[in-house]
Amino acid sequence: MNLSAPSNRECLIALVNNESGQQVEKCYQCGKCTAGCPVSYAFDLMPNQVIRLIQLGMKEQVLSCRSIWLCASCAVCTARCPRNIDLAAVMDSLRGMARREGVAATGRGHNVFLFNKNFLQSIKKYGRLFELATMLSFNLKSGRPFREADAGLAMLQRGKLKFSVTRTRGQAEVARIFERVAAVESGAGKCN
Amino acid sequence: MQLAYYPGCSWETSGREYDLSARLAGGKLGLEFIEIKDWNCCGSSAGHSTSRLLATALAARNLALAEKMGLDLTAPCASCYQRLALARHDLLADGQLRKQVNRITGHTFHGNMRVRSILEVVASLGGEHIAARVVKPLRNLKVAAYYGCLLVRPRAVQVDDPENPQMMEKIMAVAGAEVLAWSHKTECCGTSLAMNNDQLALPLVAGILEAASLSGADCIVCACPLCHFNLDYRQKKVNRVLGTGYQLPVFYFTQLLGVALGLEPGRLGLFDHFVNTKPVLQLVS
Repeated sequence: MNLSAPSNRECLIALVNNESGQQVEKCYQCGKCTAGCPVSYAFDLMPNQVIRLIQLGMKEQVLSCRSIWLCASCAVCTARCPRNIDLAAVMDSLRGMARREGVAATGRGHNVFLFNKNFLQSIKKYGRLFELATMLSFNLKSGRPFREADAGLAMLQRGKLKFSVTRTRGQAEVARIFERVAAVESGAGKCN
Repeated sequence: MQLAYYPGCSWETSGREYDLSARLAGGKLGLEFIEIKDWNCCGSSAGHSTSRLLATALAARNLALAEKMGLDLTAPCASCYQRLALARHDLLADGQLRKQVNRITGHTFHGNMRVRSILEVVASLGGEHIAARVVKPLRNLKVAAYYGCLLVRPRAVQVDDPENPQMMEKIMAVAGAEVLAWSHKTECCGTSLAMNNDQLALPLVAGILEAASLSGADCIVCACPLCHFNLDYRQKKVNRVLGTGYQLPVFYFTQLLGVALGLEPGRLGLFDHFVNTKPVLQLVS
Protein backbone atom coordinates (compact mmCIF):
# COMPACT_ATOMS: atom_id res chain seq x y z
CA MET A 1 0.00 0.00 0.00
CA ASN A 2 1.39 3.35 -1.03
CA LEU A 3 0.74 5.66 1.89
CA SER A 4 2.12 8.74 0.16
CA ALA A 5 -0.33 8.53 -2.78
CA PRO A 6 -3.19 11.02 -2.53
CA SER A 7 -6.51 9.50 -1.56
CA ASN A 8 -9.55 9.81 -3.84
CA ARG A 9 -10.74 12.48 -1.48
CA GLU A 10 -7.58 14.58 -1.75
CA CYS A 11 -7.48 14.07 -5.49
CA LEU A 12 -11.04 15.29 -6.03
CA ILE A 13 -10.56 18.33 -3.81
CA ALA A 14 -7.32 19.23 -5.60
CA LEU A 15 -8.89 18.80 -9.04
CA VAL A 16 -11.94 20.94 -8.24
CA ASN A 17 -9.82 23.59 -6.54
CA ASN A 18 -7.34 23.72 -9.39
CA GLU A 19 -10.03 24.02 -12.02
CA SER A 20 -12.23 26.52 -10.17
CA GLY A 21 -9.56 28.53 -8.38
CA GLN A 22 -11.41 27.96 -5.10
CA GLN A 23 -10.69 26.23 -1.80
CA VAL A 24 -13.70 24.01 -1.20
CA GLU A 25 -12.27 22.71 2.08
CA LYS A 26 -12.97 26.14 3.61
CA CYS A 27 -16.75 25.47 3.56
CA TYR A 28 -18.17 25.00 7.07
CA GLN A 29 -21.66 24.04 5.92
CA CYS A 30 -23.62 27.08 7.06
CA GLY A 31 -26.10 26.54 4.23
CA LYS A 32 -26.37 30.18 3.18
CA CYS A 33 -25.81 29.20 -0.48
CA THR A 34 -28.77 26.85 -0.34
CA ALA A 35 -30.96 29.40 1.43
CA GLY A 36 -30.46 31.91 -1.39
CA CYS A 37 -30.47 29.54 -4.36
CA PRO A 38 -33.47 30.27 -6.64
CA VAL A 39 -33.41 26.82 -8.27
CA SER A 40 -32.68 24.64 -5.23
CA TYR A 41 -36.35 23.66 -5.20
CA ALA A 42 -35.61 21.52 -8.25
CA PHE A 43 -32.20 20.23 -7.12
CA ASP A 44 -31.50 16.67 -5.99
CA LEU A 45 -28.46 17.79 -3.98
CA MET A 46 -28.49 21.19 -2.25
CA PRO A 47 -25.55 23.50 -3.09
CA ASN A 48 -23.97 23.00 0.36
CA GLN A 49 -24.33 19.23 -0.07
CA VAL A 50 -22.51 19.38 -3.40
CA ILE A 51 -19.58 21.05 -1.64
CA ARG A 52 -19.72 18.56 1.24
CA LEU A 53 -19.59 15.60 -1.13
CA ILE A 54 -16.53 17.08 -2.83
CA GLN A 55 -14.91 17.43 0.60
CA LEU A 56 -15.66 13.74 1.17
CA GLY A 57 -14.29 12.70 -2.23
CA MET A 58 -17.60 11.30 -3.48
CA LYS A 59 -16.94 12.01 -7.13
CA GLU A 60 -19.56 9.79 -8.72
CA GLN A 61 -22.41 11.22 -6.65
CA VAL A 62 -21.32 14.78 -7.38
CA LEU A 63 -20.76 14.42 -11.12
CA SER A 64 -24.01 12.53 -11.69
CA CYS A 65 -26.30 14.85 -9.72
CA ARG A 66 -28.95 16.93 -11.50
CA SER A 67 -28.14 20.08 -9.54
CA ILE A 68 -24.93 20.88 -11.39
CA TRP A 69 -26.94 21.12 -14.64
CA LEU A 70 -29.94 23.01 -13.28
CA CYS A 71 -27.74 25.64 -11.58
CA ALA A 72 -28.65 28.95 -13.27
CA SER A 73 -25.22 30.51 -12.62
CA CYS A 74 -26.92 33.44 -10.87
CA ALA A 75 -24.06 33.47 -8.34
CA VAL A 76 -26.21 34.40 -5.33
CA CYS A 77 -24.36 31.61 -3.50
CA THR A 78 -21.03 33.17 -4.48
CA ALA A 79 -22.04 36.65 -3.38
CA ARG A 80 -23.32 35.50 0.02
CA CYS A 81 -20.75 32.86 0.99
CA PRO A 82 -19.14 33.88 4.30
CA ARG A 83 -16.08 31.80 3.37
CA ASN A 84 -15.67 33.55 0.01
CA ILE A 85 -16.06 30.41 -2.03
CA ASP A 86 -17.18 31.08 -5.59
CA LEU A 87 -19.73 28.28 -5.76
CA ALA A 88 -20.82 29.29 -9.25
CA ALA A 89 -17.25 28.68 -10.42
CA VAL A 90 -17.24 25.30 -8.65
CA MET A 91 -20.48 24.36 -10.44
CA ASP A 92 -18.89 25.33 -13.78
CA SER A 93 -15.92 23.13 -13.02
CA LEU A 94 -18.13 20.18 -12.09
CA ARG A 95 -20.07 20.43 -15.36
CA GLY A 96 -16.78 20.52 -17.26
CA MET A 97 -15.47 17.51 -15.34
CA ALA A 98 -18.70 15.55 -15.90
CA ARG A 99 -18.47 16.23 -19.64
CA ARG A 100 -14.81 15.24 -19.88
CA GLU A 101 -15.34 12.09 -17.84
CA GLY A 102 -18.35 11.09 -19.91
CA VAL A 103 -20.87 11.27 -17.05
CA ALA A 104 -24.16 11.86 -18.86
CA ALA A 105 -26.63 14.45 -17.64
CA THR A 106 -30.07 12.93 -17.23
CA GLY A 107 -33.67 14.21 -17.35
CA ARG A 108 -33.94 17.98 -17.19
CA GLY A 109 -30.18 18.15 -16.88
CA HIS A 110 -29.86 16.52 -20.28
CA ASN A 111 -31.83 19.38 -21.85
CA VAL A 112 -29.34 21.87 -20.42
CA PHE A 113 -26.45 19.81 -21.78
CA LEU A 114 -28.06 19.66 -25.25
CA PHE A 115 -28.86 23.36 -25.23
CA ASN A 116 -25.28 24.29 -24.36
CA LYS A 117 -23.89 21.94 -26.97
CA ASN A 118 -26.08 23.42 -29.72
CA PHE A 119 -25.23 26.93 -28.66
CA LEU A 120 -21.50 26.26 -28.86
CA GLN A 121 -21.79 24.48 -32.20
CA SER A 122 -23.25 27.68 -33.62
CA ILE A 123 -20.36 29.73 -32.26
CA LYS A 124 -17.79 27.29 -33.59
CA LYS A 125 -19.43 27.36 -37.01
CA TYR A 126 -20.24 31.05 -37.37
CA GLY A 127 -18.26 32.80 -34.65
CA ARG A 128 -21.57 34.12 -33.34
CA LEU A 129 -24.86 32.72 -32.12
CA PHE A 130 -27.44 32.00 -34.83
CA GLU A 131 -30.49 32.25 -32.54
CA LEU A 132 -33.11 30.73 -34.82
CA ALA A 133 -31.07 27.76 -36.07
CA THR A 134 -29.82 27.03 -32.55
CA MET A 135 -33.34 26.94 -31.10
CA LEU A 136 -34.72 24.82 -33.95
CA SER A 137 -31.90 22.34 -33.66
CA PHE A 138 -32.33 22.16 -29.87
CA ASN A 139 -36.07 21.60 -30.25
CA LEU A 140 -35.54 18.73 -32.69
CA LYS A 141 -32.87 17.05 -30.60
CA SER A 142 -34.79 17.41 -27.35
CA GLY A 143 -37.93 15.94 -28.92
CA ARG A 144 -40.17 19.00 -28.76
CA PRO A 145 -40.06 20.48 -32.27
CA PHE A 146 -42.69 23.15 -31.57
CA ARG A 147 -41.32 24.42 -28.26
CA GLU A 148 -41.78 28.21 -28.13
CA ALA A 149 -43.13 28.29 -31.68
CA ASP A 150 -45.37 31.19 -30.57
CA ALA A 151 -42.25 33.14 -29.58
CA GLY A 152 -40.82 32.58 -33.04
CA LEU A 153 -44.00 33.85 -34.66
CA ALA A 154 -44.22 36.89 -32.41
CA MET A 155 -40.56 37.69 -33.05
CA LEU A 156 -41.10 37.35 -36.78
CA GLN A 157 -43.96 39.86 -36.61
CA ARG A 158 -41.70 42.29 -34.75
CA GLY A 159 -38.82 41.88 -37.18
CA LYS A 160 -36.70 40.18 -34.53
CA LEU A 161 -36.18 36.90 -36.31
CA LYS A 162 -33.27 36.52 -38.65
CA PHE A 163 -32.92 33.63 -41.05
CA SER A 164 -29.20 34.07 -41.35
CA VAL A 165 -26.41 35.14 -39.06
CA THR A 166 -23.86 37.90 -39.56
CA ARG A 167 -20.71 35.81 -39.64
CA THR A 168 -17.57 37.17 -38.17
CA ARG A 169 -14.60 37.22 -40.53
CA GLY A 170 -12.59 35.78 -37.66
CA GLN A 171 -14.69 32.61 -37.80
CA ALA A 172 -11.64 30.45 -38.56
CA GLU A 173 -9.86 31.94 -35.55
CA VAL A 174 -12.84 31.13 -33.35
CA ALA A 175 -12.98 27.55 -34.60
CA ARG A 176 -9.26 27.30 -33.80
CA ILE A 177 -9.93 28.47 -30.23
CA PHE A 178 -12.30 25.50 -29.80
CA GLU A 179 -9.71 23.09 -31.17
CA ARG A 180 -6.86 24.40 -29.05
CA VAL A 181 -8.94 24.35 -25.87
CA ALA A 182 -9.95 20.75 -26.62
CA ALA A 183 -6.28 19.83 -27.09
CA VAL A 184 -5.33 21.42 -23.73
CA GLU A 185 -8.22 19.68 -21.99
CA SER A 186 -7.44 16.26 -23.39
CA GLY A 187 -4.50 16.29 -20.99
CA ALA A 188 -6.58 17.42 -17.97
CA GLY A 189 -6.26 15.47 -14.73
CA LYS A 190 -8.71 12.84 -13.52
CA CYS A 191 -9.43 11.07 -10.22
CA ASN A 192 -10.74 7.61 -9.52
CA MET B 1 -16.10 59.76 -24.87
CA GLN B 2 -15.14 56.98 -27.29
CA LEU B 3 -15.67 53.35 -26.39
CA ALA B 4 -15.15 50.06 -28.20
CA TYR B 5 -18.66 48.68 -28.60
CA TYR B 6 -19.47 44.99 -28.22
CA PRO B 7 -23.09 44.47 -29.40
CA GLY B 8 -23.46 40.79 -28.45
CA CYS B 9 -25.31 38.11 -30.41
CA SER B 10 -28.84 39.24 -29.55
CA TRP B 11 -28.25 42.70 -31.07
CA GLU B 12 -30.07 42.02 -34.33
CA THR B 13 -32.77 39.75 -32.92
CA SER B 14 -34.19 39.26 -29.41
CA GLY B 15 -32.28 42.21 -27.95
CA ARG B 16 -32.55 44.56 -30.91
CA GLU B 17 -34.29 47.35 -29.00
CA TYR B 18 -31.46 47.40 -26.48
CA ASP B 19 -28.83 47.90 -29.17
CA LEU B 20 -30.92 50.54 -30.98
CA SER B 21 -31.69 52.51 -27.84
CA ALA B 22 -28.19 52.20 -26.36
CA ARG B 23 -26.63 53.65 -29.51
CA LEU B 24 -29.21 56.45 -29.80
CA ALA B 25 -29.33 57.43 -26.13
CA GLY B 26 -25.56 57.11 -25.89
CA GLY B 27 -25.18 59.47 -28.85
CA LYS B 28 -27.40 62.08 -27.16
CA LEU B 29 -25.19 61.87 -24.08
CA GLY B 30 -21.97 62.35 -26.04
CA LEU B 31 -20.89 58.72 -26.03
CA GLU B 32 -19.33 57.48 -29.24
CA PHE B 33 -19.54 53.73 -29.67
CA ILE B 34 -17.17 52.22 -32.22
CA GLU B 35 -18.12 48.63 -32.97
CA ILE B 36 -15.34 46.10 -32.55
CA LYS B 37 -14.74 44.70 -36.03
CA ASP B 38 -14.97 40.95 -36.18
CA TRP B 39 -16.10 40.47 -32.59
CA ASN B 40 -17.11 36.92 -31.68
CA CYS B 41 -19.68 35.51 -29.27
CA CYS B 42 -18.56 35.57 -25.62
CA GLY B 43 -19.87 32.01 -25.18
CA SER B 44 -22.44 33.16 -22.60
CA SER B 45 -23.62 30.52 -20.09
CA ALA B 46 -23.12 27.69 -22.59
CA GLY B 47 -19.44 28.56 -22.76
CA HIS B 48 -18.56 28.72 -19.07
CA SER B 49 -20.87 25.78 -18.30
CA THR B 50 -18.88 23.67 -20.74
CA SER B 51 -15.32 24.79 -20.14
CA ARG B 52 -13.93 27.62 -18.09
CA LEU B 53 -10.90 27.81 -20.35
CA LEU B 54 -13.06 28.02 -23.48
CA ALA B 55 -15.15 30.81 -21.91
CA THR B 56 -12.03 32.80 -21.02
CA ALA B 57 -10.51 32.30 -24.47
CA LEU B 58 -13.67 33.28 -26.38
CA ALA B 59 -13.90 36.46 -24.31
CA ALA B 60 -10.16 37.14 -24.52
CA ARG B 61 -10.17 37.43 -28.32
CA ASN B 62 -12.64 40.31 -28.02
CA LEU B 63 -10.60 41.94 -25.27
CA ALA B 64 -7.49 41.82 -27.44
CA LEU B 65 -9.36 43.32 -30.41
CA ALA B 66 -10.63 46.19 -28.24
CA GLU B 67 -7.19 46.72 -26.78
CA LYS B 68 -5.78 47.11 -30.29
CA MET B 69 -8.30 49.92 -30.81
CA GLY B 70 -6.80 51.64 -27.77
CA LEU B 71 -10.22 51.94 -26.13
CA ASP B 72 -12.12 50.63 -23.14
CA LEU B 73 -14.86 48.20 -24.10
CA THR B 74 -18.53 48.58 -23.36
CA ALA B 75 -21.30 46.02 -23.77
CA PRO B 76 -25.04 46.56 -23.32
CA CYS B 77 -25.85 42.90 -22.53
CA ALA B 78 -25.36 41.98 -18.87
CA SER B 79 -24.16 38.50 -19.76
CA CYS B 80 -21.61 39.70 -22.34
CA TYR B 81 -20.44 42.29 -19.82
CA GLN B 82 -19.98 39.70 -17.08
CA ARG B 83 -18.17 37.19 -19.33
CA LEU B 84 -15.80 39.81 -20.76
CA ALA B 85 -15.15 41.47 -17.40
CA LEU B 86 -14.55 38.16 -15.63
CA ALA B 87 -12.16 37.01 -18.34
CA ARG B 88 -10.23 40.27 -18.04
CA HIS B 89 -10.12 39.86 -14.26
CA ASP B 90 -8.86 36.27 -14.46
CA LEU B 91 -6.30 37.07 -17.17
CA LEU B 92 -4.87 39.98 -15.15
CA ALA B 93 -4.75 37.92 -11.96
CA ASP B 94 -2.91 34.96 -13.50
CA GLY B 95 0.06 35.54 -15.83
CA GLN B 96 0.32 31.85 -16.70
CA LEU B 97 -3.32 31.75 -17.76
CA ARG B 98 -2.80 34.88 -19.86
CA LYS B 99 0.12 33.29 -21.71
CA GLN B 100 -1.85 30.12 -22.30
CA VAL B 101 -4.95 31.99 -23.52
CA ASN B 102 -2.89 34.27 -25.78
CA ARG B 103 -1.52 31.14 -27.45
CA ILE B 104 -5.05 29.78 -27.82
CA THR B 105 -6.55 32.93 -29.33
CA GLY B 106 -3.54 33.90 -31.43
CA HIS B 107 -3.97 37.49 -30.17
CA THR B 108 -1.85 39.01 -27.43
CA PHE B 109 -3.88 40.59 -24.68
CA HIS B 110 -1.77 42.78 -22.38
CA GLY B 111 -4.49 43.95 -20.01
CA ASN B 112 -4.43 47.64 -20.97
CA MET B 113 -8.15 48.21 -21.27
CA ARG B 114 -11.22 48.06 -19.09
CA VAL B 115 -14.59 46.39 -19.57
CA ARG B 116 -17.58 48.55 -18.62
CA SER B 117 -21.28 47.84 -18.75
CA ILE B 118 -23.36 50.50 -20.50
CA LEU B 119 -25.25 50.99 -17.26
CA GLU B 120 -22.06 51.95 -15.45
CA VAL B 121 -20.85 54.11 -18.35
CA VAL B 122 -24.09 56.12 -18.38
CA ALA B 123 -24.20 56.38 -14.58
CA SER B 124 -20.60 57.61 -14.51
CA LEU B 125 -21.54 60.60 -16.67
CA GLY B 126 -23.20 62.01 -13.56
CA GLY B 127 -26.68 63.29 -12.83
CA GLU B 128 -25.96 66.86 -13.94
CA HIS B 129 -24.63 65.82 -17.33
CA ILE B 130 -27.73 63.73 -17.98
CA ALA B 131 -30.21 66.19 -16.44
CA ALA B 132 -28.93 68.98 -18.72
CA ARG B 133 -30.00 66.90 -21.73
CA VAL B 134 -33.42 65.75 -20.50
CA VAL B 135 -36.08 67.43 -22.59
CA LYS B 136 -39.05 65.24 -21.79
CA PRO B 137 -39.07 64.20 -18.12
CA LEU B 138 -40.82 60.89 -17.45
CA ARG B 139 -43.40 62.44 -15.14
CA ASN B 140 -46.15 60.19 -13.76
CA LEU B 141 -44.17 57.04 -14.46
CA LYS B 142 -43.46 54.63 -11.61
CA VAL B 143 -40.64 52.23 -12.41
CA ALA B 144 -39.21 49.14 -10.74
CA ALA B 145 -35.52 48.85 -11.70
CA TYR B 146 -34.52 45.24 -12.25
CA TYR B 147 -30.82 44.29 -12.38
CA GLY B 148 -30.93 40.51 -12.39
CA CYS B 149 -27.72 38.65 -11.59
CA LEU B 150 -24.87 39.33 -13.91
CA LEU B 151 -24.34 43.05 -13.43
CA VAL B 152 -24.00 42.70 -9.69
CA ARG B 153 -22.34 39.31 -9.18
CA PRO B 154 -19.70 38.08 -8.57
CA ARG B 155 -17.80 40.65 -6.53
CA ALA B 156 -14.82 40.90 -8.91
CA VAL B 157 -16.99 42.47 -11.61
CA GLN B 158 -20.05 43.87 -9.84
CA VAL B 159 -21.07 47.34 -11.03
CA ASP B 160 -23.06 48.05 -7.86
CA ASP B 161 -24.19 46.51 -4.58
CA PRO B 162 -25.33 42.89 -5.13
CA GLU B 163 -28.34 43.14 -2.80
CA ASN B 164 -29.58 46.69 -3.25
CA PRO B 165 -28.05 48.39 -6.29
CA GLN B 166 -29.05 52.00 -7.04
CA MET B 167 -27.40 52.85 -10.36
CA MET B 168 -30.48 52.43 -12.53
CA GLU B 169 -32.66 54.20 -9.97
CA LYS B 170 -30.40 57.25 -10.12
CA ILE B 171 -30.55 57.38 -13.92
CA MET B 172 -34.32 56.92 -13.98
CA ALA B 173 -34.79 59.59 -11.29
CA VAL B 174 -32.74 62.08 -13.32
CA ALA B 175 -34.92 61.17 -16.30
CA GLY B 176 -37.89 62.27 -14.20
CA ALA B 177 -39.44 58.92 -13.28
CA GLU B 178 -40.56 57.89 -9.82
CA VAL B 179 -38.36 54.98 -8.72
CA LEU B 180 -39.75 52.43 -6.31
CA ALA B 181 -38.14 50.42 -3.55
CA TRP B 182 -38.93 46.76 -4.12
CA SER B 183 -37.72 43.31 -3.17
CA HIS B 184 -36.73 41.45 -6.33
CA LYS B 185 -34.28 43.69 -8.15
CA THR B 186 -31.43 41.18 -8.06
CA GLU B 187 -33.42 37.93 -8.07
CA CYS B 188 -32.70 35.54 -10.94
CA CYS B 189 -35.15 35.41 -13.91
CA GLY B 190 -34.20 31.82 -14.74
CA THR B 191 -31.86 32.82 -17.58
CA SER B 192 -31.43 30.13 -20.26
CA LEU B 193 -33.26 27.58 -18.07
CA ALA B 194 -36.33 29.33 -19.45
CA MET B 195 -35.33 28.08 -22.90
CA ASN B 196 -34.45 24.50 -22.04
CA ASN B 197 -36.64 23.83 -18.96
CA ASP B 198 -39.30 26.55 -19.01
CA GLN B 199 -41.35 24.97 -16.22
CA LEU B 200 -38.43 25.58 -13.84
CA ALA B 201 -38.07 29.24 -14.77
CA LEU B 202 -41.75 30.25 -14.71
CA PRO B 203 -41.99 30.49 -10.89
CA LEU B 204 -38.91 32.73 -10.88
CA VAL B 205 -40.38 35.04 -13.51
CA ALA B 206 -43.72 35.03 -11.66
CA GLY B 207 -42.04 36.03 -8.39
CA ILE B 208 -40.40 39.05 -10.01
CA LEU B 209 -43.62 40.15 -11.73
CA GLU B 210 -45.57 39.77 -8.50
CA ALA B 211 -43.09 41.84 -6.50
CA ALA B 212 -42.96 44.59 -9.14
CA SER B 213 -46.72 44.62 -9.33
CA LEU B 214 -47.14 44.82 -5.54
CA SER B 215 -44.71 47.74 -5.39
CA GLY B 216 -47.15 49.70 -7.56
CA ALA B 217 -44.86 49.89 -10.60
CA ASP B 218 -46.25 50.87 -14.01
CA CYS B 219 -43.37 49.06 -15.66
CA ILE B 220 -40.05 47.31 -15.13
CA VAL B 221 -36.76 48.66 -16.47
CA CYS B 222 -33.86 46.31 -17.05
CA ALA B 223 -30.39 46.11 -18.56
CA CYS B 224 -30.16 42.61 -20.03
CA PRO B 225 -31.66 41.09 -23.22
CA LEU B 226 -32.35 37.69 -21.66
CA CYS B 227 -33.93 39.17 -18.51
CA HIS B 228 -36.03 41.27 -20.86
CA PHE B 229 -37.14 38.30 -22.93
CA ASN B 230 -38.02 36.24 -19.86
CA LEU B 231 -39.98 39.01 -18.13
CA ASP B 232 -41.68 40.34 -21.27
CA TYR B 233 -42.37 37.33 -23.52
CA ARG B 234 -43.02 34.88 -20.66
CA GLN B 235 -45.50 37.17 -18.90
CA LYS B 236 -48.34 35.78 -21.03
CA LYS B 237 -47.37 32.23 -20.14
CA VAL B 238 -47.14 33.08 -16.42
CA ASN B 239 -50.64 34.52 -16.65
CA ARG B 240 -51.92 31.44 -18.46
CA VAL B 241 -50.28 28.84 -16.23
CA LEU B 242 -50.65 30.56 -12.85
CA GLY B 243 -53.94 32.35 -13.51
CA THR B 244 -52.51 35.83 -12.95
CA GLY B 245 -53.24 38.95 -14.97
CA TYR B 246 -49.98 40.88 -15.18
CA GLN B 247 -49.73 43.59 -17.83
CA LEU B 248 -46.36 45.05 -16.91
CA PRO B 249 -44.36 46.44 -19.81
CA VAL B 250 -40.64 45.76 -19.58
CA PHE B 251 -38.21 48.32 -20.98
CA TYR B 252 -34.48 48.64 -21.32
CA PHE B 253 -33.24 51.56 -19.23
CA THR B 254 -31.75 53.03 -22.41
CA GLN B 255 -35.22 53.12 -24.00
CA LEU B 256 -36.85 55.16 -21.24
CA LEU B 257 -33.76 57.33 -20.96
CA GLY B 258 -34.00 57.85 -24.72
CA VAL B 259 -37.59 59.05 -24.38
CA ALA B 260 -36.51 61.55 -21.73
CA LEU B 261 -33.69 62.71 -24.01
CA GLY B 262 -36.28 63.50 -26.68
CA LEU B 263 -35.79 60.54 -29.00
CA GLU B 264 -38.66 59.26 -31.14
CA PRO B 265 -40.34 56.25 -29.39
CA GLY B 266 -40.54 54.24 -32.63
CA ARG B 267 -36.80 54.54 -33.22
CA LEU B 268 -36.14 53.23 -29.72
CA GLY B 269 -38.10 50.06 -30.47
CA LEU B 270 -40.67 50.91 -27.79
CA PHE B 271 -43.49 49.23 -29.70
CA ASP B 272 -41.62 46.02 -30.47
CA HIS B 273 -42.12 44.35 -27.09
CA PHE B 274 -44.54 41.52 -26.34
CA VAL B 275 -46.55 43.19 -23.54
CA ASN B 276 -48.41 46.22 -24.89
CA THR B 277 -46.44 49.35 -23.97
CA LYS B 278 -48.85 51.99 -25.29
CA PRO B 279 -50.95 52.59 -22.12
CA VAL B 280 -47.82 53.14 -20.05
CA LEU B 281 -46.15 55.34 -22.64
CA GLN B 282 -49.27 57.52 -22.68
CA LEU B 283 -48.54 58.36 -19.05
CA VAL B 284 -45.44 60.25 -20.11
CA SER B 285 -46.73 61.83 -23.32
